[in-house]
Amino acid sequence: MTSMIFSRRVMAGVAAAAAVLLLASCAQESTSTAESSAPAAPASAPASAAASEAAVPDECAPENLTTIDAGKLTVGTDTPAYPPYFVDDDPSNGEGFESAVTYAVAAGLGFDPTDVVWQVVPFNTSYAPGDKTFDFDINQISITKKRAKVVDFSDGYYTVNQAVVALKGSPIAKATTIAELKGAKLGAQVGTTSLDFITEVVKPDAEVQVFNDTNDAKNAMQNEQIDGLVVDLPTAYYVTAAEIEKSLIVGQFKAQEGGEEFGLLFQKGNPLVGCVNKVLAELKASGELKAIQDEWLAGKTAPYFTKK
Amino acid sequence: MSILAPAPGAAEVYKDPARQARVRRRARRDALVGMASLVGFVVVVSIVVSSSPGWPAVQETFFNGQEFISTFPGLLEAFWLNVRIFLVAEPLILIIGLLVALARTLRSPIFLPIRVVATLYVDIFRGVPTILVIFLLGFGVPALRIEGMPKDAVFWGTAALVLSYGAYVAEVFRAGIDSVHPSQRMAARSLGLSLFQTNRHVVLPQAVRNVVPPLLNDFISLQKDTALVAVLGPIEILRRAQIDASSTFNYTPYVGAALIFIALTIPMTRFADWIQSRSRSRRRAGGTS
Repeated sequence: MTSMIFSRRVMAGVAAAAAVLLLASCAQESTSTAESSAPAAPASAPASAAASEAAVPDECAPENLTTIDAGKLTVGTDTPAYPPYFVDDDPSNGEGFESAVTYAVAAGLGFDPTDVVWQVVPFNTSYAPGDKTFDFDINQISITKKRAKVVDFSDGYYTVNQAVVALKGSPIAKATTIAELKGAKLGAQVGTTSLDFITEVVKPDAEVQVFNDTNDAKNAMQNEQIDGLVVDLPTAYYVTAAEIEKSLIVGQFKAQEGGEEFGLLFQKGNPLVGCVNKVLAELKASGELKAIQDEWLAGKTAPYFTKK
Repeated sequence: MSILAPAPGAAEVYKDPARQARVRRRARRDALVGMASLVGFVVVVSIVVSSSPGWPAVQETFFNGQEFISTFPGLLEAFWLNVRIFLVAEPLILIIGLLVALARTLRSPIFLPIRVVATLYVDIFRGVPTILVIFLLGFGVPALRIEGMPKDAVFWGTAALVLSYGAYVAEVFRAGIDSVHPSQRMAARSLGLSLFQTNRHVVLPQAVRNVVPPLLNDFISLQKDTALVAVLGPIEILRRAQIDASSTFNYTPYVGAALIFIALTIPMTRFADWIQSRSRSRRRAGGTS
């Protein structure tokens, strides 16, 4: 059968083409990483040289900072960027807690607000191996030991508690103890510590439902496909106050040991972390961070769940 | 193949031993060259990849043995949901696909409404991204708040997959039906077979046999797309991998999930190959004229 011979030849051709393509892409990848890592080395050299020359070296002086794009501060966050952390899905307007924190940090490092360049970085991309395209990522990322093996975190800029949101008619709307949540079908966004809270602290009997983002989870709650939704407390305020009319915060969880903090995410080994931490410490000492927090994450509170 | 096979009634054709030896030598040489080329290729790729500056980081994030071992059992457990969705969806898809394909081949003007509905169904569901169908059924229908309507995410996710893939498979079946020569149908009708009998005994057996490979393609694609149901909340294998990956910032669980998928698709492909070759040899045995 000629068709079989023909198809074998075609197969061989396809295999050869695939091989060439694969090789080409490998080669390309290796050259591109080489290229992108190359400028980093010479750029950092003058910084350290300057530091050793000066009597009192200030590695955090604006002229000594090494950023991805010289003279600019490139900051990543996901889209959509949700309130109350960002407003109108526009991180560059300075509104919303994380946007305000970013501009305060930038100012502390000596950058003009106009020098802050925002970049869309999906959460799942923020920890990809290889060179990062941003100086830091700010996206309500909780600092954990496991994560810190792969990336560097700044010191925490916000201590967060997890909370349960439910519709007023939900079976768990009046729950006051963690035990009362056991029978509930709970939902959370994938990759969040809210989800970890459900599986590790609440341990419900029904399987936890996991969503791509908070919007999907809210939808499922409104459809009564889940009884309640676990989010961080500021998000819970926003959801109940501005987004879903008939919803309420059922309660918040006491922080686990050591508390849970949001940190800025850096490439592992990025020397910028030290300088950013200095700025964060100043912002904390001067009360500025507290002021930003009071402005965007209203100081309201919710009842704590008790164990039993 | 048929060139080499002895013609019926001419089993004692003279074979030149020198020529046969030449053929064997060439086959051996081809095998050696192929092997050497393959090994060379693998060596070159491995060297290029493993000597690249970022390889240790890539290895650590994608091929971390410890991560693999700790996440694999959870992945297997979550995979059971994919298998269940697949096992329910696949037969339904085959039925819908076949019915729609047959509806589109009806020629009588009386059947125009059926043809139109079938064509619209295929046009729309093949064009709309599967994820939208899943969202629409999974979040949209429960939001209608119709009494007695199920709210279960897996139910609606599976229904969406069935609708979406039914349209693809309908086209595959239609191509198979079209590939049967019209003379077959005419011959069957002239023998006095009814329309149903013609389809059942003459057209479909040939049509289905012709489309086994593309059908298998859609099956495998469906296996992977069962992961889309996760957007509605249930935890299936890829979601499990995503959860594990984001808690440790390590992609190894995805590789584990890929291995599980492959472990299922490779046997399926070999099985389809086997069916194909069996039906081919049967047809050869039956039709020497």
